[in-house]
Amino acid sequence: MAAEVAATAVRRAVRTPSPRGRKDALRGWAFVAPTAILVVGLFIVPIGLVAFMSGSDWSLMGGNRGSNFPDNFTNVLADPLLGQSVSFTLRYTLLTTLILMPIAFLLALLVQEARRWNNVLRTAILVPSALGIASSSLLFYALYSPQVGPLNPILDQLGLMDVRESILGTANGALWATVVLVVWRFAGYYMILTMVGLQAIPGDIYEAASLDGASKVTQLRKITLPLLRPTIAMTMILSITGSLLAFDQFYILTKGGPNNETMTIVLLIYKYAFETKKDLGMAAALSVLVLVALVVVNLFQLRALRGRDKD
Amino acid sequence: MARHHSFRTGAAVLAGGLLLAGLTACGSDDEGEAGGDAVSIPAEGTDDGTTLTMWTRAPLERQAINAVEAYNATHENQVELEILPNDDVEGKVGAAAQTDTLPDILAGDVVRIPYWTNEGIFLDITEQIDSLANLDDLQQGHIDAGTIEGGKHTLPFVTDISVMVWNKDLYEQAGLDPEQGPQTLDEFVEHATAVAALDQEGVAGSYLAGQSGGALVFKLLPSIWASGGEPLSADGTEAMMASDEATAVYSAYRQLAEIDNGLGAGSRDETGATWTAPFQEGNIGVMPYPFTAVTGMFEDGPFEVGVAPIPGVDGGGSTFLGGDAIGISRSSENAAQAWNFMAWLMSDEAQQTVFADNNDTAANLTVLAEGYADADPRTAIANATVADGRTPVAVNFNEAFNAAGSPWQLLIQDAVWGDASTIEAHNDAINAILAQ
Repeated sequence: MAAEVAATAVRRAVRTPSPRGRKDALRGWAFVAPTAILVVGLFIVPIGLVAFMSGSDWSLMGGNRGSNFPDNFTNVLADPLLGQSVSFTLRYTLLTTLILMPIAFLLALLVQEARRWNNVLRTAILVPSALGIASSSLLFYALYSPQVGPLNPILDQLGLMDVRESILGTANGALWATVVLVVWRFAGYYMILTMVGLQAIPGDIYEAASLDGASKVTQLRKITLPLLRPTIAMTMILSITGSLLAFDQFYILTKGGPNNETMTIVLLIYKYAFETKKDLGMAAALSVLVLVALVVVNLFQLRALRGRDKD
Repeated sequence: MARHHSFRTGAAVLAGGLLLAGLTACGSDDEGEAGGDAVSIPAEGTDDGTTLTMWTRAPLERQAINAVEAYNATHENQVELEILPNDDVEGKVGAAAQTDTLPDILAGDVVRIPYWTNEGIFLDITEQIDSLANLDDLQQGHIDAGTIEGGKHTLPFVTDISVMVWNKDLYEQAGLDPEQGPQTLDEFVEHATAVAALDQEGVAGSYLAGQSGGALVFKLLPSIWASGGEPLSADGTEAMMASDEATAVYSAYRQLAEIDNGLGAGSRDETGATWTAPFQEGNIGVMPYPFTAVTGMFEDGPFEVGVAPIPGVDGGGSTFLGGDAIGISRSSENAAQAWNFMAWLMSDEAQQTVFADNNDTAANLTVLAEGYADADPRTAIANATVADGRTPVAVNFNEAFNAAGSPWQLLIQDAVWGDASTIEAHNDAINAILAQ
């Protein structure tokens, strides 16, 4: 009974706030209004626009010609390139993440302590992260070029390929060439994130473990990795999401080739809009599908992360 | 709570309003019909000191600058030229089309012109084009590309043709007559095989850009035309890339792919970025080639180059009339002035000073025949191919043929290096796109 009375009082209080409460609420809205407007303008409206376009017959040159729902979606799902690009993007994401994460972790372990040359090493490893991904891709495009790049003669000498063949000319060559670029470009960035996580682990835990006679390997296994879990989870979310949305490096290095074998999902969206179909409706429909998939993936990842935090 | 609820509703209405405003701005319900409205323009256009805007793509920068500088120097109107990076053209034109901010004059890759015309990017200038005194003298490919349901929208801007070239030094070493290029497809294979048999380091019989749909149509379609075949139906909605003539062309290249040094290393992977380099380096015996890339080698090249029309199965010759066509955009408020530029560009005098005098290919057949008196004799051979040259016209040509990974590119990969029994299936895939 007492609980019911209290609940009724709360409901009344909510329905008829006091003048002071109203003032506080208004003040609260005034504080959040600028951000709310930004969120609406920069996120909600564009998402709404893309959702609207995904149901419209919207050509690149001709503009909106009316409703086309659900044809854009069925056309996208019927395109054999979709399966090919999803499969390739997942393979690329898996490879990149499995290679990038351990390398970043090892680099962080290597340079985290204040040794004499570590500052130089940290800077050297971080320098590629200061370059834009497009600039890095152009740099590697020149490196991989059979005409002007230095790699072809070396691979030719090693008997791995003909000097006039293109590294980017085969599906596997193009995939691995891009993975090398991405690891080079992002290893330093993920190394810094991992270092922040490592430095957040209190030193006295290691001291206590040493006093108990734990070896370095045991300390790594029992202290470092478990306490670094939130950082690893965060870097994995960044790596997986970034790889699923890969575009620039493939646009510059392979354009989805050879024979569409390095087509990523975002590259396919671009091709729908500007290269092959010139159909903004289809591009928007695929964007919506990717958005939904990414939300689901991130929800799973965050849920797993939160579950582990509770543990 | 009710107040909060109403605020949320207000925010939603605001967002919806913004969205609708955006959509209204982006939409163009009353435009985009095939072919812009016919407009009233004097036959010679108007030269009243108006400043005109013009877009062209980067590969044609030199020719475009020559044309604009010559016009600006002799007219009151002034053309301001903007050069677009090749890859940005489609996006920029699309955005401008939806916001009605297209330039007065727009030049574009001739194989994309049918799509642009179909989307109503250009004004219908049939009356003006038909009134040109020298219309019959102009190459028709670029006019056909912009013709929809009888309405003409474009004229030739820069003509880029393909020719057969051969390395006379390598021919001599291979025991071939260096003055006689291949006159049939069989001779082409025979000559390339002889050069391949030299077995010199890095030297190959011929070369193909296997991953470049654009280069592949530029090189192979002339052989189909010269053989009497048609790659496309007249309305551009059906492909005949599995015809006898077409398969004979693929077969010639397959024969070369199957012998040592028949096709240069990298042919299968070549994306088009460097497909002219191996011949320029003196490593290729004989191949179809862009004429614009060969003229510079006449005087300064490290070896002697031979030039001939691209032959068909049993002879004949043809060329791909590539390059860019030009039209007046539907957004232009200076159509009469823009036509003044275009009409001037078609005149014999302008074709001579802008193109012939700079050793570029003119669009005017008389100038092509008579305007290159001081040029290398090989230029006359190349110029003569224009009369028999063709431009494929299809609204969805780019997606079916030019785009990276297009079904045409996959067809060539299989026909030359892979499973040739799939040609019919690839042709069906091309048809599915063309019919969209």
